[in-house]
Amino acid sequence: MAIEIKNPELKRFLKDKISVLALIVLVILYIAIFFADFFAVYDKNYSKRNLSYSPPSNVYFIDELGDFTRPYTYNWKRVFNKDTLSIEYKQDREHKRYLKFFSKGFEYKFLGLFKCSRHFVGIEDGGELYLLGLDINGRDNFSRILYGGRISLTIGFLALFISFPIGLLYGGISGYAGGLLDNIMMRVAEAIMSVPSFYLLIILAAILPSGMTSSQRFALITVILAFIGWAGFARVVRGMVLSIKTQDYVKSAVAVGCSKSRIILKHILPQTSSYVIIAMALSVPSFILAESGLSFLGLGIQQPDASWGNMLKEAQEFANIIYRPWLLTPGFLIFVAVLSYNLIGDTIRDILDPKSKIKT
Amino acid sequence: MSIWVFILKRIIQSLPIIVIVSIISFFLIRLSPVDPLAELKLNPSISKETLEHEKQRLGLDKPVYVQYVYWAKNFIKGDMGTSVTGELVSSKIKERVLNTLILSFSVLFWTWAIGIPIGVIAALNYRSAYDRLLTIFSSIGMAIPSFFFAILLLIFAQKTGWFPIGGLTSANFYNMNILEKTLDVMHHLFLPTLVLTTISLAGLSRQMRANLLDVLDSDYVKFARAKGLPNYKVIIKHALRNAINPLVTMLGFEFAGLLSGAALTEYVFQYPGLGRLILEAVLKSDINLVMASLMIGSFMLILGNILADILLKLTDPRVKVG
Repeated sequence: MAIEIKNPELKRFLKDKISVLALIVLVILYIAIFFADFFAVYDKNYSKRNLSYSPPSNVYFIDELGDFTRPYTYNWKRVFNKDTLSIEYKQDREHKRYLKFFSKGFEYKFLGLFKCSRHFVGIEDGGELYLLGLDINGRDNFSRILYGGRISLTIGFLALFISFPIGLLYGGISGYAGGLLDNIMMRVAEAIMSVPSFYLLIILAAILPSGMTSSQRFALITVILAFIGWAGFARVVRGMVLSIKTQDYVKSAVAVGCSKSRIILKHILPQTSSYVIIAMALSVPSFILAESGLSFLGLGIQQPDASWGNMLKEAQEFANIIYRPWLLTPGFLIFVAVLSYNLIGDTIRDILDPKSKIKT
Repeated sequence: MSIWVFILKRIIQSLPIIVIVSIISFFLIRLSPVDPLAELKLNPSISKETLEHEKQRLGLDKPVYVQYVYWAKNFIKGDMGTSVTGELVSSKIKERVLNTLILSFSVLFWTWAIGIPIGVIAALNYRSAYDRLLTIFSSIGMAIPSFFFAILLLIFAQKTGWFPIGGLTSANFYNMNILEKTLDVMHHLFLPTLVLTTISLAGLSRQMRANLLDVLDSDYVKFARAKGLPNYKVIIKHALRNAINPLVTMLGFEFAGLLSGAALTEYVFQYPGLGRLILEAVLKSDINLVMASLMIGSFMLILGNILADILLKLTDPRVKVG
């Protein structure tokens, strides 16, 4: 079965093995977070406080006799070691706990529509399955990574859809109007670019009033991220508009009597589309990194909500990173996501604009 | 146009930007619901007189725009108020600015020293295995979250004990002679520099590669080759010089990225720089300190851009104030 792809750009994209691989990785990540409820073993608020920081459950496929078996695991037991005076985790070898696939677990709304309690993987009654261990509050890291990914991987997109229209319009108006208005608008944009962006980011995040609901906070953080990003983009768009507006077809549109807003929106801005696509593809990662950095500092998404950045907060403690390296998983996931976006963005740029001088 | 006129023009150009930055940062912070003196009042070691002086200095009983004028006047005079801990903001900032500059220059130096050769080699071996490898490596370098990389290096430092953790100097710094002092600072700088260099290296080497590819395709290089100049001479004498010019403009840009990128790295490594200062100030809601470091940070950024432009003017006389 061969699917014929007509679009030459798409064809070239699919020829590039690395970016196809990156695309597959991203698709997997997004499927995982989209169906986070289905893939999660425990719900967001599950907390087993007497097992905080327990290590990941080992899943066995081969039993003691060396035969293949259904996958099973052992529960963790907290033991106080009298010699070292520390708490250790030991496997409770008395009971094998078998994993169950497509089993019933906590109830959730599938796609937000109908109630469902099937999960990809679960464990039989009495068993505990912590694929990536527990955090300080005894919450399941694996499930929280899925839920946290929802925030970390979508906030960049949302910010993009706020900042790009603003930048496009701002640059378009400034470039087309020219004169004093252009001068003032560009000075303001430059002023925003002159503030070190991360400084501005943390200050904006810090002056957010406390006591907001988590969705309000999410929305405001998104707006803040967008606010940081638009100025540089607007400047480049303005530069492009300056050269586009001298072209004959724009002059003829003026002669025909089109309104200014129509000329800017219908005739000039569409010409910048390939730059816009490239810049968008290349700036998703910076938004993801900004959110994770912010949450890492405790200024972004707040507990009890999970995001990859605030999960990494625990990695600020030495004991954690040395004895519990699995807590670093969100960091690797950020890395993988950002890398995939970069690789795809680069390929898109090579295809749409091979001689480009544009950097973001 | 002489170079002095150029510099003067460039400085005059950036004045309105500085004013706008100050207005934005002032109103952003003042319009937030935080009382600028709240934290100061909580600190028992700060005297009533200081508080009274602060009130006078900030003109808190007057309307907001008058407060701005007060603040701006004092800022120009160098009076940035008192921080929550009772120290003078200006002296605190002075020390931190120097440290951030040291870190930034060390990063810029290494980025250029490593990035340019890498870019040149990649361009000369266009589309070879080396070239592809470079693209992949630079993508990886760009994708690591700086704070995550910093954490990994901290583990490394902790496990091997090869590098000091935190700070810029050792405890016995004042008993060292000048050579030991330099070595000690370099030792402390190594890890933060490594993190930031890794991240900015990718952009620079790619840019260098792209520039050189462009130049190698130009007519004058083809002509130089055609008249029989040996290859290395063509590259060093004709191509390289022109390929590096656009990078000089990027210097200002890079410096900007460094200032904000360094904040997280400074935080993780406990490096006493401006980024960590502003972060701590924000967390403690130390308003005076936040405002001052925001302004100084922007100031440095603008200055960096001006310097890059001047440098470009020196290397490429065709440049005009745009």
